Amino acid sequence: MKVIIMGCGRVGAQLATLLDREGHSVTTLDNDAYSFRRLPPDFKGEALLGNGLDEEALKKAGIEEADAFVAVTQGDNRNVMAAQIAKHIFNVPKVVCRIYDPLRRDLYSLLGLETISPTTVFAQLLKEKLEG
Amino acid sequence: MYIIVIGGGRLGYYLTRALLDEGHEVLLIEKSAPICQAITGEMGSVCLRGDGCETTTLASAGTGRADMLIAVTGDDEDNLVACQVAKYKFKVPRTIARIRNPKNETIFKKLGIDVTVSSTSIILEHIEHEVPSHPLMHLLTIREKGLEIVDVKIPPGSTNIGKTIKQLSLPAESILSLIIRQERKPTVPKADTILQAGDQVIAVTPPESEDALRSALIGD
Repeated sequence: MKVIIMGCGRVGAQLATLLDREGHSVTTLDNDAYSFRRLPPDFKGEALLGNGLDEEALKKAGIEEADAFVAVTQGDNRNVMAAQIAKHIFNVPKVVCRIYDPLRRDLYSLLGLETISPTTVFAQLLKEKLEG
Repeated sequence: MYIIVIGGGRLGYYLTRALLDEGHEVLLIEKSAPICQAITGEMGSVCLRGDGCETTTLASAGTGRADMLIAVTGDDEDNLVACQVAKYKFKVPRTIARIRNPKNETIFKKLGIDVTVSSTSIILEHIEHEVPSHPLMHLLTIREKGLEIVDVKIPPGSTNIGKTIKQLSLPAESILSLIIRQERKPTVPKADTILQAGDQVIAVTPPESEDALRSALIGD
């Protein structure tokens, strides 16, 4: 599977590492080269410097042949916009995006995006811990 | 009309003032407290502090009864989300987004934004108008119908001079609507109208036929 991960923060880098170790073809995209320090030295995928909201950068990352696209930058709106470009402009079969704001997440799931709100998930986990 | 403006930068500020002067009910939403305070001090209670992309902020702004939402922050992605939340959550009939990257125009349109305004494209268009050698000028875009009104000048050396309109191989979807000649009244072109050097042809065309129309009119 060819996967593009936009945003090479802790989550992005961790996901890239996991998928790379399983033999998938991974491209990580970030607009700050310093972020790529989070990738392990034996990472076989590609680390590309670029803006994930720019069509040219996405094409360079190989979005036209990608099987999946993941948007995990720090900005909810950047993730939402990039995910919609991947889904509606480039017709990537599997698109997942992170949205911290639970209300915004609800709206975009209604609009057909596959979304995860770490806020909701983590609050739930904490609650279970406290109750357990 | 009740109009909500997102982003209190220079553009949002002057836009709010102009809309208020026109007699509209306007609410400006701005994240920064100092900017909000300055605007409130000057214009009265027209500014709400908050994130214009958040449902809760837009709910307290009464977005449900807004006739229009205009997002003019400096970031394209923030303007997109503000407009989408307004449109899909609050059913605002008209959403307008400012864009920095002209390429986002088609993307935003596909994602449901009614109107985009790109300062880059506007400045480029003006430059196009000021350069006299440019053979084709865009006069107007009718977005809803996917049509453009363009102005094509027949250059002095064109092989089409002396030919009738009928003899030109124009793209089927393009319509010539007016010919403007020096010192004469504009006329509606007919099949037997003969082209002259310096003729200004006003035509309606879909953007994809623009190149074909230009080469058919200008000749070699």
